[in-house]
Amino acid sequence: MKAKTSRKPFRLTKKAFSVLYILFLLLFVVVPLVLILVNAFLDNDKNLTLENFKVFFSSSSSLVVLANSLLVGVITTLLCLIIGYPVAYILSKMSSGKIIVLLYIIPMGVNFLIRTLATKAIFIAMGVELGMGTVIFGMVYNYLPFMILPLHTTLAGIDKSYAEAAQDLGADKATVFLKTTLPLSVSGILSGITMVFIPTISTYAISQLLSNGKIFLFGDSIQLSFEQGMYGVGSIMSIVMLIFVLVSNFVMNKFNRNGNAVRRSLW
Amino acid sequence: MMTKAPTDNIIELKNVYKTYDDKTVVKNASLTIKRGEFVTLLGPSGCGKTTTLRMIAGFEMPTSGQIIFDGKDITDMPPHLRQVNTVFQKYALFPHLNVFNNIAFGLKLKVVPNGTKTNRKGETVQLFRKYTKAEIKEKVDNALKMVDLEDYGHRNVSSLSGGQQQRVAIARALVNEPQVLLLDEPLGALDLKMRKDMQLELMDMHERLGITFIYVTHDQEEALTMSDKIVVMRLGEIQQIAAPEKIYDEPANAFVADFIGESTILSGVMLDDYKVEFCETVFECVDKGFKKNEPIDVIIRPEDLKILDADDKRSLISATVLSSVFKGDHYQVTLLAGGNELVAHDTASYDVNDAVGLYIKPFDLHIMHKTRIINEIDTYITGENLVEICGADFECVTTLPEGTPVRVSVDFDDVEITDDENDGTIGATVLSSIYKGSYYQAILSTDDHYNFFADTDYEWLKGDRVGINIAAEKIIIEPREENAEEQTKVVEDETLNEYDRAEEEELLETAMAEDTVAVKTDALSPVPSDEEVEL
Repeated sequence: MKAKTSRKPFRLTKKAFSVLYILFLLLFVVVPLVLILVNAFLDNDKNLTLENFKVFFSSSSSLVVLANSLLVGVITTLLCLIIGYPVAYILSKMSSGKIIVLLYIIPMGVNFLIRTLATKAIFIAMGVELGMGTVIFGMVYNYLPFMILPLHTTLAGIDKSYAEAAQDLGADKATVFLKTTLPLSVSGILSGITMVFIPTISTYAISQLLSNGKIFLFGDSIQLSFEQGMYGVGSIMSIVMLIFVLVSNFVMNKFNRNGNAVRRSLW
Repeated sequence: MMTKAPTDNIIELKNVYKTYDDKTVVKNASLTIKRGEFVTLLGPSGCGKTTTLRMIAGFEMPTSGQIIFDGKDITDMPPHLRQVNTVFQKYALFPHLNVFNNIAFGLKLKVVPNGTKTNRKGETVQLFRKYTKAEIKEKVDNALKMVDLEDYGHRNVSSLSGGQQQRVAIARALVNEPQVLLLDEPLGALDLKMRKDMQLELMDMHERLGITFIYVTHDQEEALTMSDKIVVMRLGEIQQIAAPEKIYDEPANAFVADFIGESTILSGVMLDDYKVEFCETVFECVDKGFKKNEPIDVIIRPEDLKILDADDKRSLISATVLSSVFKGDHYQVTLLAGGNELVAHDTASYDVNDAVGLYIKPFDLHIMHKTRIINEIDTYITGENLVEICGADFECVTTLPEGTPVRVSVDFDDVEITDDENDGTIGATVLSSIYKGSYYQAILSTDDHYNFFADTDYEWLKGDRVGINIAAEKIIIEPREENAEEQTKVVEDETLNEYDRAEEEELLETAMAEDTVAVKTDALSPVPSDEEVEL
């Protein structure tokens, strides 16, 4: 143990730099969370109540919206994985892969609302009927880079001597992939899933815009509650959302730890 | 046709080349490996030894040439079908599998013959099956026992020490019962003591299993300790193939002598059979058959040089001590004799500036042809007192008109090396620099692949870029005849290959002397005569 004296003069240490960040975290993360939690137990006249919970959990429509959101999240994540893995795999084999990955990321610089509106305009111009299909398309389009990036980082980081060792031990190309590349990229798959699933279940606007308001997801209904001044119900919905995010994060971490020793990934 | 005798050669490399882009990393490698041999590919980094091993394993395809395994051509066979297994330099143990599953990896993929059956067409069909779980467990347990890791099956590979990981890697390769085990610098990452232990263990394993080991290393001591046969490589070319004793005692050229063990390499002149002059003294030797007054290289191993009292009658040459350094079991004594530095090993220490006498047995003087005695280039006069050498015009003194084909000769002494590439008339890369008692002999590769030999006072770093200058009056020019039809091609070939040919000749001599299959002679001779008879 270091014996510290109180007379120690002030020195610009790493600790001093952290003060600003801690203040920032308190102001913009902790305080809003506390406000949401408090709001959940207040009615419109600032009285303590449990009425908000009753309103949310007794209305079947809001639960359907929640289930819908989870379904859309799962479908989007699966599609991103199915499309993203081969892309990331091929790019990791190419010497210019890193540059092409950048091309996937550049459109992210454009605000997602603008992109989604543009997508909508294209669909309308093409005469495609807006609905579940177009919503899923918009989601996959928006979140695919979040899948490709961690997958590419993991796949490109796998030492090629593992594949050679597997070949040397008698594995043909398909077996090399199934027995070495795939298990070694599990951490990348999990990061990708986390990066896509968590934002998709809480997303809003994309569904509204690309379905002409026909499909209503959880994020949309939170927004609506606040718009209509139902702060209590909106807060409860936010908490439910937060719990889902925490649970999925927890599950992913658990998987990752059991999965393997390779924890190389971007996130 | 000749009937093929059952061969005891497990692997043959025939005129194998490997080129990346336009860089040749393995040049015309021909090599025969017998069943059960422990063969070491030895050479400095970048000599092509690992590439050669990877071609045998199947990870690299030769640009040209053949690889024969047990009489069958496997040049184009993918690695998973080859009956060889590799121990990788960094082990390459699968991090997602435990020790047991790492070792079982190959066994789980393997199929073994399982009787035959007759199909509907009446043909006999060979049936295969996979190993059962019990069989795999038994084999893995045996492999673990062999490498002394009985209780480590369930362990995660990342929790093992370097030495233990090495053993797992060896077990993983050997459990498949390969005919040939390839080892790519397997002990490189271990500390000295562990390395020594593993060397002995590997030798012991080789003895017990009776399979062929092909071992790649840059550590000459490791190679000398472990091998039945050493293949010394340099710049993609095989320099010598021989047993360790022979490599040490009779190095094929100055490079091998310099690379294998310590030695003093001196320039000398062969006065007559059994008579050699170096260090301004005439010595008796056991070599003959050299041209009279042929310049040669003399190699002296430090342990062969005996230090005597200055007035000892047996003394052949007097010397002064330059330094004496304690090396544990001996002193390394550097001596100056006849203007040259010599290194000797002695159990006694000497004071600096002591006058001593030196004795060496005639048998211990190793005399070798010089690779080259002068730089020669075929080129043209490009203007008044100008001659083209390796792509640039050099000033020279000549009366020959422009366009005359000439042969340019430059003595090793007259090649000036400049530190800055831009200070030289042409640029070059240092390929090697070998100390020869009183000077360094550097080999410089110019950008059009001609190798200049230069004698200099300084040691030049391998791989450095330098400039080359030659004083106008030092360029010896003589007109040459040339075949008008092929003129440009011949010239190009000669500049490109002069060094290659010189070394190839040496290589051939070694190979033939060694009784290894000298494939090159076959390749050079026309169609074998017995085939013609058959026709």
